[in-house]
Amino acid sequence: MTYPEELRYTKEHEWVLAEGDVGTVGITWHAQKELGDIVYVDLPKPGTRVEQGKSLGSVESVKAVSDIYSPVSGEVIETNETLSQSPEKLNEDPHGAAWLVKIRMSAPDEMKGLLAAAAYQTYVGAET
Amino acid sequence: MIKKVRSHITQNESLLFEKSSPGKTGYQLPALDVPAVDSQAALGAHNVRNEIEHFPEVSEVEVIRHFTRLSTWNYAIDLGLYPLGSCTMKYNPRVNELVARLEGLAWAHPYQPESLSQGSMEIMARLESALLEITGMDAITLQPAAGAHGELTGILLVRALLEKRGNPRKKILIPDSAHGTNPATAAIAGYAVENLRSNARGTVDLAELERMVDKDVAALMVTNPNTIGVFEEKITRAAEILHKKGALLYMDGANMNALVGVARPGDFGVDVMHLNLHKTFSTPHGGGGPGGGPVAVKKILEPFLPVPRLKRTRNKWTFDYKRPRSIGRVRAFYGNFGVIVRALAYILAHGGDGLRNATVDAVMNANYLRKKLEPYYDLPYTAPNMHEVVFSDDRQAKLGVRTGDIAKRLIDYGFHPYTVSFPLIVHGALMIEPTETESKDELDLFADAMISIAQEVETDPEMVRKAPHNTRTSRVDEVTAARRPVLRWTPEQPRTKTAD
Amino acid sequence: MLDACGLESAEALFRHLPGEVRIKRPLALDPGISEYDIVDYFRARAAENATGYASFLGAGVYAHYRPVMVDTVVLRGEFLTSYTPYQAEISQGTLTTIFEFQTMICQLTGMDVANASMYDGSTAVPEAAMMAVRVTGRDRVLVARTVHPEYREVLRTYALHQGMPVDDFEYQSDSGSLDLEDLDRKLDDHTAAVIVQTPNFFGVVENIRSVAEIAHRRGALLIVIFTEAVALGLLAPPADADIVAGELQSFAISPSYGGPYAGVIATKEKFIRQMPGRLVGETRDSRGNRAFCLTLATREQHIRREKATSNICTNQALIALMATVFMSVYGKQGLRELAEQNLAKAHYLSGKLKPRFTGPFFNEFAAVTNGRSPNDINQALLKKKIVGGLPLAGWYPELENSVLLCATEMTRRERMDEVAQAFSPVREQEQVQV
Repeated sequence: MTYPEELRYTKEHEWVLAEGDVGTVGITWHAQKELGDIVYVDLPKPGTRVEQGKSLGSVESVKAVSDIYSPVSGEVIETNETLSQSPEKLNEDPHGAAWLVKIRMSAPDEMKGLLAAAAYQTYVGAET
Repeated sequence: MIKKVRSHITQNESLLFEKSSPGKTGYQLPALDVPAVDSQAALGAHNVRNEIEHFPEVSEVEVIRHFTRLSTWNYAIDLGLYPLGSCTMKYNPRVNELVARLEGLAWAHPYQPESLSQGSMEIMARLESALLEITGMDAITLQPAAGAHGELTGILLVRALLEKRGNPRKKILIPDSAHGTNPATAAIAGYAVENLRSNARGTVDLAELERMVDKDVAALMVTNPNTIGVFEEKITRAAEILHKKGALLYMDGANMNALVGVARPGDFGVDVMHLNLHKTFSTPHGGGGPGGGPVAVKKILEPFLPVPRLKRTRNKWTFDYKRPRSIGRVRAFYGNFGVIVRALAYILAHGGDGLRNATVDAVMNANYLRKKLEPYYDLPYTAPNMHEVVFSDDRQAKLGVRTGDIAKRLIDYGFHPYTVSFPLIVHGALMIEPTETESKDELDLFADAMISIAQEVETDPEMVRKAPHNTRTSRVDEVTAARRPVLRWTPEQPRTKTAD
Repeated sequence: MLDACGLESAEALFRHLPGEVRIKRPLALDPGISEYDIVDYFRARAAENATGYASFLGAGVYAHYRPVMVDTVVLRGEFLTSYTPYQAEISQGTLTTIFEFQTMICQLTGMDVANASMYDGSTAVPEAAMMAVRVTGRDRVLVARTVHPEYREVLRTYALHQGMPVDDFEYQSDSGSLDLEDLDRKLDDHTAAVIVQTPNFFGVVENIRSVAEIAHRRGALLIVIFTEAVALGLLAPPADADIVAGELQSFAISPSYGGPYAGVIATKEKFIRQMPGRLVGETRDSRGNRAFCLTLATREQHIRREKATSNICTNQALIALMATVFMSVYGKQGLRELAEQNLAKAHYLSGKLKPRFTGPFFNEFAAVTNGRSPNDINQALLKKKIVGGLPLAGWYPELENSVLLCATEMTRRERMDEVAQAFSPVREQEQVQV
């Protein structure tokens, strides 16, 4: 698996794409693989304030629940509605169509503490 | 070589709603001996319903065939070994069913006068005293409906005592090997949960316990023997550590089948515990209930037990409701009386010696399976085990076969699988509890099946991964079930017939 | 087997247990007895209970006829001696019956989903209340005083340590139905749920629509409790509720001195994720055939541990199966006819007595005792092998001379006449005796 260069990553396996002060957040290919078939995604309502490193929601497989930790702080401005009907998209396209939320970042500097693609790749090791 | 079973014919059967046709009935009511009442006039037209849409309309013979056919799709103890670890799937004596259905017991209304309930109350009192002797505790309530309900009752008792001492405290310590009900219970009782890491033996780490117990800890919830089937040998010392800091020791009695007649929680420092009548005392599991979860306590907790309590006054049993320090009721009435009857029947049948023999046999059966299977499956914790043994799928996982796959293949051999992937401290756990009611022959059949599967994993892992192969229902798509839940039948929904 | 284990004696199995934990003496229990002795012992106990009495007790536990079919089915070892259907491939029998159970509960209650059953009605109430707290993010519950008093006690026990204040609201002293003005006064923006029972503890049928309107106006959920499931055969389903929590004892579950019974929680589709208890769902197997399995388990304690929707581990499958068989035997037409018989019997009896309340009732009602003590009446009835009604003053001091009486399809007219006679003023009775 090659992790996209334009994204920044956390050790909890989330990614964020910054465009201006808006960060689009998702979980990584590694995360979805570990979880297996994802059956449900629980996301916060737009307007919710989230903090870096704190839970912003969860993803579920048949027999496990995993918290999603927000990679950046700010306010949720949009959630990916398609995931409530089609959670399997998270297994299919975790770095693209299956983004989770968009956050208006309150501290864009937080991005600097996140991992670049190469560093994340090293962190998770070689994968197929 | 599959010895226990060969494939057999089962009948197809659709859902009752699909079998229904208008006007068909299977009931007969007595002739009404009073004038009929116009329901709309009596209740008000807005309070009366239209017909119950799509409710079954079937004949008596269709009802019996329906449920009989469905029953043949189940595995059960009556068909063979059911080694579900932690669940104590022992034989359920049929005399228990007969006595629970005697008219004076089965038709006893909970509010009938105490003078007409002395038989019921005597049964409850006798079970109470037998369970106190078995556990070595001082007082007991039969009210909780099941194990998890007993846990809640027990932790509420802890809380009540600590509150009376001035501080209910904040945390419950729970070993990482515990049943999920323990942390869920602690949360309902208003406590935060702190995880206690097990040591290399898979038991409570005393040094870690000593470090964690402080004035915020209300209790430690421990299962003994624990979920890897190992007796917590340092339990007395653990109790001392807790008691010194004013905390209590709660014992989850799920594994009491390893201790009855051999060791008593009351003698090793336990302050409060629950029992599972449906495990240790043979009341049927019934596809998932009913159960019974009596809670036994030491003297210090007695004032807080749920109301009402049985009391002997002038040669009669009465219910005592005047207990100002009680935590209150945890359910309506007095408990699962029908389950209480069955548990007492089991105890009466065995007597003291018989109960102890059952324990010995349960522990021996588990040790026998351990010896037979140890060469083929990884045993991550090697301390002597009691009534159950927990292997790991480490060896098989290297060939891509996991505990869940081995479990499914076991079905092809005619057995119910063991408990899969629990406890969490064992990676890829195979948790096996044979119970005392299995003969050597049945154990050998099971061991042979397990050994044969271990060999299949080496020669044809793909076949094992796709198991079961011989069941009428093949591997079920749990992912779709969870993604798009269909939780009831509706006439509109597109359907696949059970079998076409 | 000892040899195979490398042990010289069975005692060696326990050698690793520290001496101080081992019991050094045999258990002080009587020696084991034979099957005949067991039956004999319990027959003797059963004979010390009421046998051969006609009973007018209801109050949450109802004497309805149990069709023979029910025990015929539940005594099959495949149902009786199996466990929770974790392994779907060899548990389709249990799973299919639970799916049918969930469906029939939905059909009866007008809800979208029902769980696979709970311990009983009384514990289903706090579970429903906690669910409402999770859904609304509010903490307080308001419960009608006409909800079964023991259910309310259970609710208080559960609520105490969760920061969930529980407050009562009143009933109208003439009709015996909800005092909606009192409810309206006590509702606030912290109220997660309003809990009512219909038919209520006095047997009075409540107007669910109007209480739903009041609760919803303030953003609270409405939880409707039932203890007499047979009433659902005749009464409009509580479809305006958000959660329905009930007791199924009336569906062929013997009174059995208070249990085991089966509770159930049903709700709207949108609240599924906050529901407690097991759920069975429809799916397919790898060959494409319809199959059922336990589903949405991530709500439950074995996965979510301290964050679970409940600590409940399993359901009351065998008891729920009794209810399922009962519903299948009676079916659409039978359940209604059964309910109509209950209605007729109770109204026959009430016609001979003085009802305490004016509200419409199903098969249970409060009667006033014409100045005589309820206890005296009941003592007199016991002599005729009749267990009379439940005096209400214990829970409702304001109802000092009222007795709760229940009549079902099993209540004979002659026995009702005897009860009516016992209630009549003393002078009249003497005349009858002369």
